[in-house]
Amino acid sequence: MSFAWAKPYQPKSELGRWFDDRLPLPRLVYGAVGGGYPVPRNLNYAWNFGVLSGIFLTIQIVTGIVLAMHYYASADGAFNSVEHIMRDVNAGWMLRYAHANGASFFFIVVYIHIFRGLFYGSYKAPRELIWMLGLVIYLLMMATAFMGYVLPWGQMSYWGAQVITGFFSAIPLVGEPIRVWLLGGFVPDQAALTRFFSLHYLMPFVIAGVVILHIWSLHIPGSGNPTGVDVRNEQDTLPFHPFYTAKDGWFVGLFLMLYCAVLFFAPNALGHPDNYIPANPLATPAHIVPEWYFLPFYAILKAFTLDFILPAKLWGVLAMFGSILLLFFLPWLDRSPVRSGHYRPVFKRFYLLLIVDVLILGWAGGATPTAAVVAISQLASAYYFAHFLIILPLISKFERPMPLPSSISASVLHGEKQESAPYGLTKTAPVAAE
Amino acid sequence: MATLEHVEPANAQDDGIRRRDFINVAAVSFAGVGAVAVVLPLVGQMSPSADVLALASTEVDISKIASGQAIKTSWRKQPVFVRNLTAPEIAAARKVAMSELRDPQSLAERTKPGKENWLITLGVCTHLGCVPLGTGEGENRGDFGGYFCPCHGSHYDTAARIRKGPAPTNLVVPEYAFTSDTVVTIG
Repeated sequence: MSFAWAKPYQPKSELGRWFDDRLPLPRLVYGAVGGGYPVPRNLNYAWNFGVLSGIFLTIQIVTGIVLAMHYYASADGAFNSVEHIMRDVNAGWMLRYAHANGASFFFIVVYIHIFRGLFYGSYKAPRELIWMLGLVIYLLMMATAFMGYVLPWGQMSYWGAQVITGFFSAIPLVGEPIRVWLLGGFVPDQAALTRFFSLHYLMPFVIAGVVILHIWSLHIPGSGNPTGVDVRNEQDTLPFHPFYTAKDGWFVGLFLMLYCAVLFFAPNALGHPDNYIPANPLATPAHIVPEWYFLPFYAILKAFTLDFILPAKLWGVLAMFGSILLLFFLPWLDRSPVRSGHYRPVFKRFYLLLIVDVLILGWAGGATPTAAVVAISQLASAYYFAHFLIILPLISKFERPMPLPSSISASVLHGEKQESAPYGLTKTAPVAAE
Repeated sequence: MATLEHVEPANAQDDGIRRRDFINVAAVSFAGVGAVAVVLPLVGQMSPSADVLALASTEVDISKIASGQAIKTSWRKQPVFVRNLTAPEIAAARKVAMSELRDPQSLAERTKPGKENWLITLGVCTHLGCVPLGTGEGENRGDFGGYFCPCHGSHYDTAARIRKGPAPTNLVVPEYAFTSDTVVTIG
């Protein structure tokens, strides 16, 4: 696929040949995730999170299909059907917790995946489209997660639906009619619940479709790597199978253990107790916040408190959407030709600051909006935009990157002598007869 | 990584099985065990849930059923026929020779001792699951005075045994017990 030395598919059996001649599916799989996809040999563990994202998408689809067998999207019965799943359905409690925590873990791995890309310059040429398709996936995920959170029809579900659809009412003139159209009513009710369920079932398959495009566009230039240096020759790469299937396999196992630990021992740690109260259109919960993975955006939304030309509400919504849309332009905001943050001393510092900033935004999004919290979220929001719109372009202009290695193999192998005796150790064990 | 290939232990050549082969098989097998463990709840969730199983027994008050009448009730969401047979119907059922029956069973085997007038069966035709006629007043009871299934024309006699038509077996007698003279617990 991507490199001249990529091994073409060789059918191992007569049946394989027969099948491949008629439908080259084995060839496609071999070239995508088999021995026919050469991958840089120096990938670190940050590169495991793409496969993990795929795993969690699969977990969500499988558990979701199963939950939909027992859930009914009725304003009167949705909450009870979720309780029915928890109490009566065989292993229903596990399947629902797997789905709810699976969403959180999907976001965890996707956030790590995104921040991997931000550090190693994965959005730079020739991988801009991979980055943008990834952002599309992220936006679809946010929509899917939001609609899924509405389905249990608890207090947080209901008021989440009310608040999120309220974003649209910020649009001048047409805002309120759009909101009413989206909800099919003046408040979230049966019509909204049914359409959210329909779309919540549809979206994961749309995501899966965009994931295919994401991987397809990845396999044209091939995977990036921690040095950001282009692959030069066969020495720089290893076949995906067995090397990265093995590495991904063990890391997936490790990560799923973490997931299971939360699933079985703290299944409600990431949720809100208020969502175990049935939806009540006449009483808002005292402290309404979105799920943890939306908190930084929620902080940006809340940071706008002054009307300035446009109403504050509209500024908040624009800024919140802008904070993601902005990332689509990242390949042209950061113009440094050096991809990897390892070789960019100034960038590296500001990258760490950005992580701190996003964490502060996340904290501010969940905190009660006192004057101090609002001030902090205003500062943090301003810094978020400044990072991408001012700091990154300036860094790429003035920064002096460190010298890059001449090739990937030069950065990992140091000549045969050193390689056979790393860290200056000489071999003490007897060498096997050859 | 690949460069370790040439430091195999010397005894590896003995049986041609490398340490790495063992690790490979062990790891993949363990993943297989994990996959099976995951599939179990995914398959099990489709079995009847606790609230469905909670309907597994039902009580029927039979005090209001006069001789010759029948009622339809429900057990596990399936129709159940409770019929108070008349003396001629009991006689007719007893008269039939076992050799004439497709699914030979006597009336006594299909009722409780001393309560032979109470015929309690599932109202599910053993052909393809329709509800036979014959409980209601004036409904077609078939050629043998029991039940008649309108879907494919199965005729049941007064002991609800199959006599004519495509159904393979008699109407099923569920497990039941008389908890008193007027109450039957089915299931």
